Amino acid sequence: MTGLRYVYAVCRPFDAPLQSQITGVGGAPPRLLRHHDLIAVVSEVPERDFAEQPLRAHLEDLDWLTETAHAHQNVIDALTVVTTPLPLRLGTVFHDDSGVRVMLEAREEGFLRTLDRLSGRVEWGVKVYAEPETEEQPPREPAKVTSGRDYLRQRRRSRQAHEEMWEKADRFARRLHETLSAAAEDTRLHAPQNSALSGAPGRNVLNAAYLVPRRNSEEFVELVDRTKNEEPGLRVELTGPWAAYSFSGEEPGDRESDGMSGENS
Amino acid sequence: MTFPSRVPEPYGQNGSANLADILERVLDKGLVIAGDIRINLLDIELLTIKLRLIVASVDKAKEMGIDWWETDPALSSHARRDELSRENAELRARLAELDDGRPRREPEPAVERGRAREESS
Repeated sequence: MTGLRYVYAVCRPFDAPLQSQITGVGGAPPRLLRHHDLIAVVSEVPERDFAEQPLRAHLEDLDWLTETAHAHQNVIDALTVVTTPLPLRLGTVFHDDSGVRVMLEAREEGFLRTLDRLSGRVEWGVKVYAEPETEEQPPREPAKVTSGRDYLRQRRRSRQAHEEMWEKADRFARRLHETLSAAAEDTRLHAPQNSALSGAPGRNVLNAAYLVPRRNSEEFVELVDRTKNEEPGLRVELTGPWAAYSFSGEEPGDRESDGMSGENS
Repeated sequence: MTFPSRVPEPYGQNGSANLADILERVLDKGLVIAGDIRINLLDIELLTIKLRLIVASVDKAKEMGIDWWETDPALSSHARRDELSRENAELRARLAELDDGRPRREPEPAVERGRAREESS
């Protein structure tokens, strides 16, 4: 047998069946590997793709990465429907089931604590974009520019408008984050996504994640909705519900009792 | 369970996310566990750099080639310097163009000189 074990998530045992048609990374269906009061969701993956060397090579291949990320996320999504999974980072691979069990055994306490903390919660992603119309001042108009002086003056005006726009965007993002934080149990601020590469217009000025009880999610979504057209030139974008990816690391207080968790950022 | 879709198109479908959001989460968030296959994503420098910026558009990233991140000022101080010097060069070129055809008193128009002229006139 040459299959390796790809692990998607750890969760508590659950009764509801997973979607039957779901396929995991590499095409094999995910299955549940139970150890005490924990379940690892795993699927078999071929060594030719997931041994260290090929995996390393694949990770530099954007097509492969895209496909694998989707497959990973599909499994996590399916789990999120029936339970609260603790999602692992892409590419967590063991030689065999017993390797997975050893890992579950070693980290059991930490997993249970984190799962308790996340139980019944989902993650919502909120991003704010400054729209390009206000970001980009009309460029130098050759007809009007008659001298180097005019040119410099125009540049200065454009820079001022630019700065005002940033201040406005910054104020809006802070206020929104405050409002949403008050409605969430926990929050994470992520680095803005790069808009130079992004198909999304505008510049990402807020990229935040909010941990919200499932039952409060509808209110949270409405809260985000209400802010959407508040400020011209700023666009608010909501994604979710996600498994609590951004909150899956152990709390700082938890680490002392579990030496293996230090690697999580 | 499903939530009503309130995410404006085309940024999400039925409350789900675009590729950038998915990659951001499955690669950069999520719990890190050392498996038997020891690949620490953080060791793959190129990948982590991609992650930080990623993406929204993988096609675009590809178009730009594997070294596109080197030209991003947010990431690279080298690129920041490049941007400054490019801006300076652009200004100089523009000034030279504007001053072209006029009697030129100064042999080499520089940005600082341009500013000084603006203030004095």
